[in-house]
Amino acid sequence: MSLLLSRRRLIGALGASAGGLAAAGCDRIAASPSTQALLGFGQRLTYSAQRIVMDRTALAPEYGAADMSPLFRVNGNATPGTDAYAAHVANGFADWRLVVDGLVARPLALSLDQIRQAPRRTQITRHDCVEGWSAIGQWTGLPLGLLLKQAGLRPQARYIVLHCADSFGSRPYYESIDLVDAFHPQTILAWAMNGAPLAVGHGAPLRLRVERQLGYKQAKYVMRVEAVSTLANSYGGKGGYWEDVAGYQWYAGI
Amino acid sequence: MPTPSALPQGGDLVQRHRLPTRLWHWLNALSVIVMLMSGLMIFNAHPHLYWGQFGANPDHSWLDIYPGHVRIGPLHIPTPGLLGVTPAGGRFVAFPPLLTLPSHYDLAGARVWHFAFAWLLVVPGLAFLVWGVLGRHFRRDLLPRPGELQPRHLLADIRAHARLRFPTGAAALHYNILQKLAYGGVIFVLLPGVVLTGLTMSPGMDAAWPWLLTLFGGRASARSIHFLCAMGLAAFLLVHLLMVVLAGPLNEIRSMITGRYRLPKGPRS
Repeated sequence: MSLLLSRRRLIGALGASAGGLAAAGCDRIAASPSTQALLGFGQRLTYSAQRIVMDRTALAPEYGAADMSPLFRVNGNATPGTDAYAAHVANGFADWRLVVDGLVARPLALSLDQIRQAPRRTQITRHDCVEGWSAIGQWTGLPLGLLLKQAGLRPQARYIVLHCADSFGSRPYYESIDLVDAFHPQTILAWAMNGAPLAVGHGAPLRLRVERQLGYKQAKYVMRVEAVSTLANSYGGKGGYWEDVAGYQWYAGI
Repeated sequence: MPTPSALPQGGDLVQRHRLPTRLWHWLNALSVIVMLMSGLMIFNAHPHLYWGQFGANPDHSWLDIYPGHVRIGPLHIPTPGLLGVTPAGGRFVAFPPLLTLPSHYDLAGARVWHFAFAWLLVVPGLAFLVWGVLGRHFRRDLLPRPGELQPRHLLADIRAHARLRFPTGAAALHYNILQKLAYGGVIFVLLPGVVLTGLTMSPGMDAAWPWLLTLFGGRASARSIHFLCAMGLAAFLLVHLLMVVLAGPLNEIRSMITGRYRLPKGPRS
């Protein structure tokens, strides 16, 4: 934090114009811990308010085939880019396993074929990027709630953490959701998109679709599903890669 | 009805704004300015607007901000140094650092500001709406009177404003028609418009209230309307501030703080 502030002060000092200095002053107020605490209150209020007005099983809008985006842009990492991942792609994910562990009664390791043969849900939904663009696509996958019932959540479990094969630099991507969203009927681990096996750019072999939240929650290249009681012990502790590195909201329903 | 001679004269100190109006005005001023500045930062993350249910880079946009120029439909407007700038050492931004909160590119930070101050916009706004209806403020002070909307009256008022001739004496006790239309437009069109289109962009709210998408014709359309309403509020803010300066800033600002307003003296009062 002190490093961040000093960097901002430096940028402020470099801005020679009066306007630049005024803006830097605003930024210093904005970055102060008390301002951030006050603003954080707004975030918690939004999360609570949405959970109150929203039926827990209220469905995200589903669209018809005619509404689909002609081209669904790839965003975030376009591939994990590791040797291990390349080997999985080369043999069609035959040796790949989805690990389900943490606070579960029966840890699982499932092959892609087992996942594809399990009950599935197909939905045409809208993907809303935090940046403001949106695209509509069709997703088919295994409802996460079914998987969690199979594994048997322990009573202490409060969140589901999705560990991914991709990373930014040395920081692996990950995301997490609460149990309301984990057991929501539209929350699936998608293995197909627009009627074809999930492409590498879109997160092959498996990506999360949690349709009532923004794009950065839709973790790609999911390798492991972990049930936890707290998010504090995973990676940076804020519940997701973007939450940890850039302060994005953990609850991305807005 | 008091007789004309019983009406206050130019130079008299009168009670102009009631407490709820004054309170809401300042809370709203703060929240609207923070919302506009953080909103411009959020817009910078994807400076393209679309109509319909979806819209992303491969799709047809109706507005783009590119380095040094803005495209609106077929129209290309050069905006060097104003819009589509790359600050020294920074990344390309549609709206320049002086207008955005935070000033540097920070989508996550801007969203935190935007959604915290959204509560300050909505909660006092709803309270003001309830008070305005029950307390008859809207009906008494903002509803145009018969004849006020006739072209002749409107034109006369526009002409008077253009010549910077503002109502004086007892005539300044009430809002003129341009004020009524401007304040009414903000209270009943632009503010509800930004709030509802803002909610429509929330994937959570779309699940809770799917009628929002029907109302605005999709999320991409809602984002476009959200931007247009915000630009309308920005335009109102600029004209409003200009009018305050022209009409006598100390008297106007005092009336919005203490409620008391000195009626301007005119040639006939």
